[in-house]
Amino acid sequence: MNMTLTQVALQPGGDLDGFRAAARRLIGRDTPPGQVIWTSEGDLFGAAPEGEGAPLMLPKLTGEIIPLVVCHNDPQRYGLLYTLIWRLTHGERHLMQIASDPLVHRLYIMAKSVRRDLHKMHAFVRFRQLDLPGGGERFMAWFEPEHFIVEATAQFFVDRFRGMDWAILTPKGSLHWDTRTLTIGPPGERAAAPQMDDFEQHWLDYYEATFNPARVNPTVMKREMAVKYWKNLPEAEIIPRLIHEAAPRVQAMIEREAEMSTKRNPDKAVAAMADQTPKSLDALNRLILESVPPAPFSPRAVLGEGLIGARIAFVGEQPGDQEDIEGRPFIGPAGQLLDRALEEAGIVRAETYVTNAVKNFKFKPSGKRRIHQTPTTGEIKHYRWWLERELEFVHPHLVVALGATATQALAGKAMPVMKNRGATSAFGAWPGFITIHPSSLLRQPDEAAKTAGYKAFVDDLKRAGALAA
Amino acid sequence: MNIMDILVAKKLRILADAAKYDASCSSSGSKGRKAGEGAIGSTTGSGICHSYTPDGRCISLLKILLTNYCLFDCAYCINRRSSNVQRARFTVEEVVSLTLGFYKRNYIEGLFLSSGIIKTPDHTMEELVRVARSLRRDHGFAGYIHLKTIPEASPWLIEQAGLWADRLSINVELPTVLGLKALAPEKDGGTIAAAMGQMNERMIEAKEEKRRFAPAGQSTQMIVGADAATDEMVLNTSASLYGNFRLRRVYYSAFSPIPEASSVLPVKAPPLRRENRLYQADWLLRYYGFSAPEIASSGEGGMLDLDIDPKLAWALKNRDRFPVDVNTGERELLLRVPGLGARAVDKIIVARRHTALGLDDIRRLSPGLKRARPFLITRDHSPARLTDRLDLRERLAPPPTQLGLFE
Ligand code: SF4
Repeated sequence: MNMTLTQVALQPGGDLDGFRAAARRLIGRDTPPGQVIWTSEGDLFGAAPEGEGAPLMLPKLTGEIIPLVVCHNDPQRYGLLYTLIWRLTHGERHLMQIASDPLVHRLYIMAKSVRRDLHKMHAFVRFRQLDLPGGGERFMAWFEPEHFIVEATAQFFVDRFRGMDWAILTPKGSLHWDTRTLTIGPPGERAAAPQMDDFEQHWLDYYEATFNPARVNPTVMKREMAVKYWKNLPEAEIIPRLIHEAAPRVQAMIEREAEMSTKRNPDKAVAAMADQTPKSLDALNRLILESVPPAPFSPRAVLGEGLIGARIAFVGEQPGDQEDIEGRPFIGPAGQLLDRALEEAGIVRAETYVTNAVKNFKFKPSGKRRIHQTPTTGEIKHYRWWLERELEFVHPHLVVALGATATQALAGKAMPVMKNRGATSAFGAWPGFITIHPSSLLRQPDEAAKTAGYKAFVDDLKRAGALAA
Repeated sequence: MNIMDILVAKKLRILADAAKYDASCSSSGSKGRKAGEGAIGSTTGSGICHSYTPDGRCISLLKILLTNYCLFDCAYCINRRSSNVQRARFTVEEVVSLTLGFYKRNYIEGLFLSSGIIKTPDHTMEELVRVARSLRRDHGFAGYIHLKTIPEASPWLIEQAGLWADRLSINVELPTVLGLKALAPEKDGGTIAAAMGQMNERMIEAKEEKRRFAPAGQSTQMIVGADAATDEMVLNTSASLYGNFRLRRVYYSAFSPIPEASSVLPVKAPPLRRENRLYQADWLLRYYGFSAPEIASSGEGGMLDLDIDPKLAWALKNRDRFPVDVNTGERELLLRVPGLGARAVDKIIVARRHTALGLDDIRRLSPGLKRARPFLITRDHSPARLTDRLDLRERLAPPPTQLGLFE
């Protein structure tokens, strides 16, 4: 057996790549942990890496813990990790699952400490703003992490402050982001970071105002925000004063007699609540126009159109491509078909009210065309409150639902159109009538069926017209 | 500072002070989200506490009111119509620029915006929605936004709010309808429940339909100790809120003495320990399989034991259910052992497949072994009728001298 000691020299900090390569090599040569000396001084004279060993098949949990433990500041970290790998590959395949094993337990604690440090760095970095000559903004921070985590936090700060020009300096390395590229640099100096930022006063004011002196509890504060971090937290400066003033402030609050209140008239609150719904269809329409659709539909809302006080109100599904372009309901192919059918049924469209259950066009782009998409249950409900108010202003004798979406919007639940065709009492306060949507006739490929369907639709409209009279 | 900054600073002090009695400050529950090109903001699932104030509470969000003028007169609230407190009102733009300024310096995870009710509930809610919309649409802000919903506002505004916010919340404030009637005359329990129901329905649909609608769900707050409701009533209310509206969190806030107190309130604040016990009980409700009546049965007369935590109190009253063997006991039973947390239990269950666990193993898996010991059997330990000892409570309760001045 080969009893010589192997020395492995890794880069300073958390050298995950170096450790991984070395571990593969050592396991490949079957070198037991006791024969390895790990250093991380970036020793130039250490043995040069001699090629990679085969990748190691390690359990998933190990893959999570190694990159964390490698960042720990304990000089023994590599030795401990190598011992773990050795045991995992020498008969203890389930070792990671035995969280109570002393080695596993220790590594878990180390990983936890690194995780906590990462978390605290995410939380406690405080940027200060520098004004750039060109008028741009630049932010810089000074932070002192416990472990070698600077690189490991980079992605977090990039994901969060992508559009910002920033740098974080620490004694263990630095990060620089110019809105496009990340540079990982050498350790920085505290003096190189800005010493003040006028805006910081807002933060101190906020910190003071949000503190409740009646609940002062510095123990819990210190447990979560350890004193070692205080020197780089601007708000920490006022903590002693806040604690010192807390008790007298509470005492003063309790001693103050409940003062005579300048009580204002309570009726105002009640009146205000009664007074808030829109007072006219125009006011309601303004709200609809200002609102945003529940998903990326066309942003243009197409409003209802017609006579207030009409005997009959038609509710369709949603505006289509042409309706969206012109901003008026039922003017495209389906609208033209509706016009024809109305005429044959003896109904004058100008004497009716026509609207849609969903006010914005939902579509999928396909080349230059916009393909209609059926609205979902949640999307229909999003618009339902408006439809109800709208009908209250129009106050028709009969509400006709054209198709499944309108039926669902008016009934508050899905109802098959064909089965429920005709008069219905499912539309709450409104006498209702269910029929097909004219666009379903346009989609019908069979000519004979189309003709029959059209005739039935006209018959429906006649019956509806009679009911509304 | 220029004159505008000085004015904003003054408003910030007033409107942060007015918002601080709301405990629900967490930034959790949203899906991971990253800033787009040229923009800022991200969310992590569990949220981040950026600082702690000397009351031990976390600062995660910029928690402010849009205004503390209010038409309503809720007795427990410092902003009620009849209080003489100093008033202020932010513009939408001021809130937006403060939020961005705070966020860019990494002070916060995002904004928690609430408001007193001015003009009408709809008007107020519209302003809140405008802040969120401006942050998202005009500034591409992808950080966390929590909007307090005004239940008296029209339903379409809730629909709009959910498009921009991560979390929506309505405070039920008091555990019983009677309490609400007495202390908040303009509020209506039915309106609150209807709005919570609407939000819940939209959240479920949006999730199914893969749309964005308040992905971090809804939460609420109850004030404890402002009326006569018992802990049992509080927990029953919580259980039904979790059940009916899938709330992510119920926050409990021990009624705190407020400046300009109303004379219908109790003069004395309840012990903070009561709030603490309710949080522990809430935890048992959500993660440990306890029902509200079971937890309440651990105390006396519907009140939780203030000296020991509710899990230990329950175990002491149900000694026949112990000891539990860590190497064979079911998860449900292990979860009921005082001192064993859910995470420790899960580790035990994995580890015991490979090894027989002894006391030393448990000590490494759980920081609460001292309390767990009398209730556990391990490879090398069984509690020798310890569970029958009359002085067990005294041995396990923390010594009374540890009670702090303010507890
Ligand atoms: S509605 Fe009630 S709780 Fe809300 S701010 Fe007004 S007084 Fe306070």
